[in-house]
Amino acid sequence: MTVTDSTRVKLSCRNVWKVYGDNPTSWFTSKDNPANPADLAERIRTCGSIPAAADVSFDVNVGEIFVIMGLSGSGKSTVVRCLSRLVEPTHGEVILDGENLLEKNRKQLIDIRRHKMGMVFQSFGLLPHLTVAENIAFPLRLQGLSKTEQRERAARVIELVGLEGRESSFPRQLSGGQQQRVGIARSLAVEPELWLLDEPFSALDPLIRRQMQDEFLRIQSALKKSIVFITHDFLEALRIADRMMIMRDGMVVQIGTPAELIVNPADDYVAEFTSDVPLVRVLLAGDVMQTGHTVSDDMPRVASTTTVEAILPELATHEGGVAVSDGGNIVGVVTPGSVISALAREAASRESQSAELASRGIAAQS
Amino acid sequence: MTDVTDKPDTTDRPSKARSLTTRSSLVWLAIVAFTLLLLFLRTAAPWLITYPDGWILPITGTMNIAMDWLVAETGEFFRSVSTALEVPMSGVRNLLNWLPWSVTLLLLAITAYAASGWRLAVFTVFAIGYMVVVGLWTESMNSLALVVMSVPLAVFIGFMFGALAFFYPRAERAIISMLDVLQTVPAFAYLLPILLLFGFGAVVGLIASILFAFPPMVRNTLLGLRRVPPEVIESGLMSGATARQLFFLVRVPSALRQILLGINQTTMAAFSMVVIASIIGGSSDVGWEVLSAMRKARFGESLVAGIVIALMAMVMDRITAGFANKDTDDFTKGDGSFFQRHRYLTIAAIGTVVLFALSAVLPMLRVYPEGWEYDPSGPLNTAIDYLIVEYAALIGLIKTWAFFFLMLPMKIGLEQTISPFSWGFEFTTERKLMYAAAAVLATALAWFRWGANGAVVTSLFLVTIFFGITKLPWPAVIAAITFLAWQLAGARMAAGVLACLAFLLLSGVWPQTMLSVYLCGIAVILSFALGTSLGILAAEFNPVSQVLRPICDTLQTMPLFVLLIPFVMIFKIGEFTALLAIMAYATVPAIRYAEHGLRSVSADAVEAADCMGCTRWQLLTRVKIPLAKPVMMLGLNQTIMYGISMLVIAALVGTSGLGQQVYIGLGDADFGVGMTAGIGMAIIAIVADRLTQAWSKKHQAELGITPP
Ligand SMILES: Nc1ncnc2c1ncn2[C@@H]1O[C@H](COP(=O)(O)OP(=O)(O)OP(=O)(O)O)[C@@H](O)[C@H]1O
Ligand SMILES: [Mg+2]
Repeated sequence: MTVTDSTRVKLSCRNVWKVYGDNPTSWFTSKDNPANPADLAERIRTCGSIPAAADVSFDVNVGEIFVIMGLSGSGKSTVVRCLSRLVEPTHGEVILDGENLLEKNRKQLIDIRRHKMGMVFQSFGLLPHLTVAENIAFPLRLQGLSKTEQRERAARVIELVGLEGRESSFPRQLSGGQQQRVGIARSLAVEPELWLLDEPFSALDPLIRRQMQDEFLRIQSALKKSIVFITHDFLEALRIADRMMIMRDGMVVQIGTPAELIVNPADDYVAEFTSDVPLVRVLLAGDVMQTGHTVSDDMPRVASTTTVEAILPELATHEGGVAVSDGGNIVGVVTPGSVISALAREAASRESQSAELASRGIAAQS
Repeated sequence: MTDVTDKPDTTDRPSKARSLTTRSSLVWLAIVAFTLLLLFLRTAAPWLITYPDGWILPITGTMNIAMDWLVAETGEFFRSVSTALEVPMSGVRNLLNWLPWSVTLLLLAITAYAASGWRLAVFTVFAIGYMVVVGLWTESMNSLALVVMSVPLAVFIGFMFGALAFFYPRAERAIISMLDVLQTVPAFAYLLPILLLFGFGAVVGLIASILFAFPPMVRNTLLGLRRVPPEVIESGLMSGATARQLFFLVRVPSALRQILLGINQTTMAAFSMVVIASIIGGSSDVGWEVLSAMRKARFGESLVAGIVIALMAMVMDRITAGFANKDTDDFTKGDGSFFQRHRYLTIAAIGTVVLFALSAVLPMLRVYPEGWEYDPSGPLNTAIDYLIVEYAALIGLIKTWAFFFLMLPMKIGLEQTISPFSWGFEFTTERKLMYAAAAVLATALAWFRWGANGAVVTSLFLVTIFFGITKLPWPAVIAAITFLAWQLAGARMAAGVLACLAFLLLSGVWPQTMLSVYLCGIAVILSFALGTSLGILAAEFNPVSQVLRPICDTLQTMPLFVLLIPFVMIFKIGEFTALLAIMAYATVPAIRYAEHGLRSVSADAVEAADCMGCTRWQLLTRVKIPLAKPVMMLGLNQTIMYGISMLVIAALVGTSGLGQQVYIGLGDADFGVGMTAGIGMAIIAIVADRLTQAWSKKHQAELGITPP
């Protein structure tokens, strides 16, 4: 969605483990433990410890929105807290701008948090005794900036999130959506390069959530941060993700673009996540167009990466079809007929997939 | 004693529960039989009832020797502390006395307004005005000086301990046990060592009130720091906070409300201890005024001074609570002129200057002219005398009835109470046999109706009122309580309780303990019954609740001392007066917990019962009360605790028992005697506390309810 500079890796998470339990490091020092991560995680679990994150590896590119998804308890929050060392990883490496974060001492870490990272929390984490403006300026105050500088920089982000006029309110006087705007503004006040968001919109009701997603995309299109975003709502992920990662029981199940996950789910767990997604939101103009049609001049043009959902209103008024362009060249035409046949094809393949899963399930049981 | 503090760890497995119940019923029957046997043997072996003096260990003597040694070794140090504290003490005292009353009034009224608005400000003006007009200004300021000195120190110490406990779990365990001890040992008991170490004077009151007042601050600080949501901490960390910034800029401000509540409780505790400490005299404060007037039976004066204490308590409570409950946004913040940001300070400063200037011209603004004072105690005395004479018959009747039909039977048993003089007939052997037959019958009926436990409770009760609590054989009492502890909370608890009881016996305070248990027992039973009934009414009928709530609030903020006055006035000095005073205080938690328990019964359960067609009465008795029972049991626990703390104060109006013993120790500066009695009271409190808690926990587990 946003233009990503895929040549530069901003953050790299390599084989990160977080084990809760007695003497967690022993799992990685003694030799007689299984080398295969899945087996090791299983062993740890049977011994009564919790592998909240198990061998998690992924890269986030500069300017990319990387979404982590998974059921409750699958370790999403743990992973994102390992990235900022709010939770100390038991094993592995977290590399930010080429430097291992886990080797930093306390002072360096505080410095990195003050200048390079921002984080947004599900339940906002606002300080109840500070006003909106003071909350937002709080990180700047900790850095010891002058009052005027605090005020200036806070005013900039307040405008960015649209909270003008509420500066002197207290958090409890705001609605949930407004409180999260404060949370977002505070995390942006230090102008971080890496932006971590742990289910930022989950506590909001659907309408507000939708509105906040739009806001979020607008802010990102202006700021181009490198983002790790946690959600358990696939539709939300679909709207914002460049790439996403699905987790289960602390382990990574699949990493890819939303369309890849839908079209080629690694297993039934991933398929389950994507099964409710309306196909029109996933299929792109390029997927449903027909080639070889004649293109008339009054046809509207759309990019091949536009979703079918976005083309539908055009199709309703132009029965002849819509021209699809890719880098300036017309590559095909989308007509109502081509959309219907593509939908039928995909639906049938989903159907057969789930039938296959079901029969496999029966086979496994008998 | 350390054993008792441990949590019980026994949980009966359900399959075993039934056989265990029957087995323990058998043990209980054995205990009843054992008691009766010992009573049968009592003429042959009187030591079964009265623990012989010869068997008492020289515990008090040893304590005295230890204390003497301590005083000799460290006395110098403590006395220099005392001298050092004397300087700021008298500074504050002189300042408060030097300030013109009009200035003090203005400053307090502005504080009250800042805390919670004009209503409190008006009340404050009224309260201060009262102190001025009745001519107790100096005394009030002397008391206030002690509070002003002790509260900041107690708050500081409490905050430090709270923070320490928050960061170091090991320290937490030690600190919490220390608080448990400080809060169960009656206040008077530690007046004594302080007196011996620091010498006489106002400093004793100061130190006692710091010791008494800092525990609530520790608890609230700890609680507040604990309750800061993890995401707030994390957001602080992600903002790049250093450890120090995280504590002072994130944790403490987020916990501020709880910390302010701690300051409120600390202030109230400090004031109540300041009032109590005045019994040792020497600081001419309001507490002393009340007490000395009471001793001279000048109840008018005593009441007038008592009202000063009550008003001071209410003003302090409302002001500190007002600040704690205030929304932060009421403070003008950020922009605005200097005057807007500091409007209260500015008004206060201007007002003070103006009043100082005025009082130079009008001296009555500085020192209230004696001629204008109005002392209502004369007319009050007349009124009280009139009432007492007018209703002498009624008062006498109430007293005799309570005495012959309630207190004496519990104390020395029907056996010795019933006589032609008291009950109007002789307690002949035939009648005693009839009582025995009736008792057996009642026990059988109870068994039939409520099972073995019911039978045990009934028989124990009937035996007790026949022979009297103070005349029960000590081996039987020890056996019964120890077994109860074992049944409720397992072997460790039983061992701890046994050790505690052994201390009471060996140190020679067993008879006094039984006297205290008797008085406190009656008070607790009556308070609990009365309070629970009122609480049920309050939960069912909102108007009742609206009437009761301010009364309960007032009774709870009052220094205990003040509660004695009205009862002493009417019923004179004696055990009955003490009983009423204890009840006045101990009924409050019973009301509170019963109402709270009933009101917080889950709405689903009530709705479900409604759907089944319950009448209101059925709903109450079949659904709400059973579900609210665990909370009510906690109320019983609190009733006992309140009863015990009042018991010590009530000893001022002539009770026998441990409370009196504490006074004797205090009066003769006999550390051993006072301290043993103090420890004795603490033992009663701890044992009662742990047993009721265990009981309520057991009940909750059975109902599958988690404590509130
Ligand atoms: N401090 C802790 N001690 C022990 N176990 C923990 C701790 N924190 C998390 N866990 C465990 O780690 C696992 C992963 O937790 P995590 O909070 O990362 O899940 P999540 O994916 O964020 O779930 P949710 O969607 O509910 O937020 C869970 O099983 C949890 O119980
Ligand atoms: Mg989470």
